[in-house]
Amino acid sequence: MTEMLSEQKQSLGWLARMRKGLSRSSAKLTGGITDLFTKRKLDDDALEELEELLIRSDLGVTTATKLTQSLANSRFNQEVSSEEIRGALADDMATILEPVAQTISIYQAYKPHVILVCGVNGSGKTTTIAKMAGLFKHVGFKVVLAAGDTFRAAAVEQLQIWGERIDCPVISRPIGSDAAGLAYDALEKARAERADILLIDTAGRLQNKTDLMAELQKIVRVLKKVDENAPHDCLLVLDATVGQNAHNQVEVFREMVNVTGLAVTKLDGSAKGGVVVALAEKFDLPVHFIGVGESMEDMRAFDARAFARSLMGLEVGERGEK
Amino acid sequence: MFDSLTGRLGEIFDGLKKRGALSETDVTEALREVRIALLEADVALPVVKDFIAGVRDRALGQEVLRSVTPGQMVIKIVHDHLVETLGGDPQDEKEIGKDSGVDLGGNPPVAVLVVGLQGSGKTTSCAKLANLIKKREKKKVLMASLDIYRPAAQQQLAILGQQSDTAVLPVVQDEQPAAIAKRAMETGRREGYDVIILDTAGRLHVDETMMAEAAAVKEVAHPVETLLVADAMTGQDAVTLADSFHQQVGLTGIVLTRVDGDARGGAALSMRAVTGKPIKLMGVGEKLDEMEPFQASRVAGRILGMGDVVGLVERAADVLDQEKAEKLARKMSKGEFSLEDMLDQFKQIRKMGDVKGLLGMLPGVGKIKQQLEGANIDNSMLAKQEAIILSMTLAERRNPKLLNGSRRRRIATGSGSTVQDVNRLLKQHRQMGTMMKKMGKMGRKGMMPGRGLPPELLSQMPPMKQGPFG
Repeated sequence: MTEMLSEQKQSLGWLARMRKGLSRSSAKLTGGITDLFTKRKLDDDALEELEELLIRSDLGVTTATKLTQSLANSRFNQEVSSEEIRGALADDMATILEPVAQTISIYQAYKPHVILVCGVNGSGKTTTIAKMAGLFKHVGFKVVLAAGDTFRAAAVEQLQIWGERIDCPVISRPIGSDAAGLAYDALEKARAERADILLIDTAGRLQNKTDLMAELQKIVRVLKKVDENAPHDCLLVLDATVGQNAHNQVEVFREMVNVTGLAVTKLDGSAKGGVVVALAEKFDLPVHFIGVGESMEDMRAFDARAFARSLMGLEVGERGEK
Repeated sequence: MFDSLTGRLGEIFDGLKKRGALSETDVTEALREVRIALLEADVALPVVKDFIAGVRDRALGQEVLRSVTPGQMVIKIVHDHLVETLGGDPQDEKEIGKDSGVDLGGNPPVAVLVVGLQGSGKTTSCAKLANLIKKREKKKVLMASLDIYRPAAQQQLAILGQQSDTAVLPVVQDEQPAAIAKRAMETGRREGYDVIILDTAGRLHVDETMMAEAAAVKEVAHPVETLLVADAMTGQDAVTLADSFHQQVGLTGIVLTRVDGDARGGAALSMRAVTGKPIKLMGVGEKLDEMEPFQASRVAGRILGMGDVVGLVERAADVLDQEKAEKLARKMSKGEFSLEDMLDQFKQIRKMGDVKGLLGMLPGVGKIKQQLEGANIDNSMLAKQEAIILSMTLAERRNPKLLNGSRRRRIATGSGSTVQDVNRLLKQHRQMGTMMKKMGKMGRKGMMPGRGLPPELLSQMPPMKQGPFG
């Protein structure tokens, strides 16, 4: 009964795409490391510089220190090359990331499998929904979209345009309507139409706005009136350029609406996306998707090893190319 | 925003305060903590290094060792240095005037070009800026969207234009950004606009084609201001992005958005330092009037736990209904204070926003805040008390003496609370009434501790010009 997305064929370009996107992130990081270790002793100074490089990639002080420490434990005072250091760091990162690299499982029995998408303003929720819808449709699911951002000007229209492009029905209400009411309607309609998946967009909200978070909780409450297990997934969309505030975002959204997974967007910028490593370590929440561009194809499942190795500017290698 | 950094520095300086004199080791120790705190606040590493070096130079100088309270001296040095790095003048508390904070000099129409990454808040900022310019400078503003890429982006600006009553250049299908900019300038000239705000598509600074497009638009419009809109939540990448935008497009200033979030906002420091360009404005809410000129000392003050009293007072003045407040004050001086008045007050407090957020703006609360977490002082508490009053009949609200046991039980059931909750509220109401009578006699001057106020809130607030009690 389950159709795992992981079984979909990886379209040829996606690893290349991810690498291209990520290579921008890694160019500076690896450049820095290469400068550091053409072949040099891994002493305190070198370790400190290494730690700083990781911090500069938004890994955060704690994770950066931990990774550097583990490197120090195994190789302190050894002569090491840049390649070795990159490999070792990538391995350590991959170890942290592997448990969270999980594709989203869609249960067709739910009819529909409800995915609520939330996040702060401007993180890329609507675009992510469009990409997900495109992907789900591509693998043969019947998808319905709910334009739950009834606050921001033209947010509904934005999703409608995407809906037309990928040929998905979009359920909407005029701007200013109650988002929870819309979600309720959407779920009933999707159910009546025997849709496989219902993707619900929500307005962007900062996690410290109590009222807006309560509104999000209301959406969840109302969905449960139709299906007590809904939403089956609650996806938090994070912008890769975000710094340590990502921790707060995950923490609060998780507490409020029981986030079940993450999508990380805009990894095609120069932002390092390093925060993903720190988040994986702290929250153990699956990373379902990453976004590496603006077009429909620019989002795929998250591959820990490929991500870690790409981040360090290394070839993705056999395992990643499966 | 900045709360956590506040806490961190608070801890460090608590340690420092306890000692009589500062040794070099103390300073080094403290600065190491400052460094981590700044990094965790997303201040970019190179900026942190400069900052720390600057503070060290000043802290290790004679002034600290000779001063009576070295801890305070260090706090002052860190604060002043923060203000300076943010582009302010530590000596000048009110560095911001009454204008919009952007430069609009030159022959009208002058253009303001707004650039930034995807999702940084450009379009909303454009509308807010238009609002601000119209309000504060009484100028005629035209907005134009050059975002031909994101679905419904042009529509978004058109709607925001309607909402803020600002003219928006009509969309011509398939017109390219530079052409739109040209048409906007021509329209502005022809129709007598003073300021043209050009909203551009979100672009990555690593995208050469898109950056070239922005540069081309700039050529056409010759903007007096090229503003980079950046999210206060931005991480270490802030330096790279600000620097690339500056190199490729040439910036005159920065607009920091989502300052109402809880990000520590180190990006502000980073971008200011790397571009040398001022942060001119900050977005402090989703509504179109929620944009303010950036105030370095205020932001630095928040970083150091000195609170954001200015912001609080402004917010209070913005939302409190003057007329209502005056009426209430008159009633109160006569000793009349019904439950309806109390309800009004709760509403006013709630209108000011999240109670926890408000507390965060107060001096010295940074530390207390953690303790408050457990005390459950938040809007839901106010909401509960509101519900209790709303479950009463009008007659009961006006004359609480009617409330016998059975009525109280009804009210408790109606508001989803307990009879104890109802009693507590009534007691508070009585205390407030008594206090107000006293105050009335005192001639409404020198009002002090609000013993009976529900969250002890109003008593902690700085005096409001026409507040409910003043």
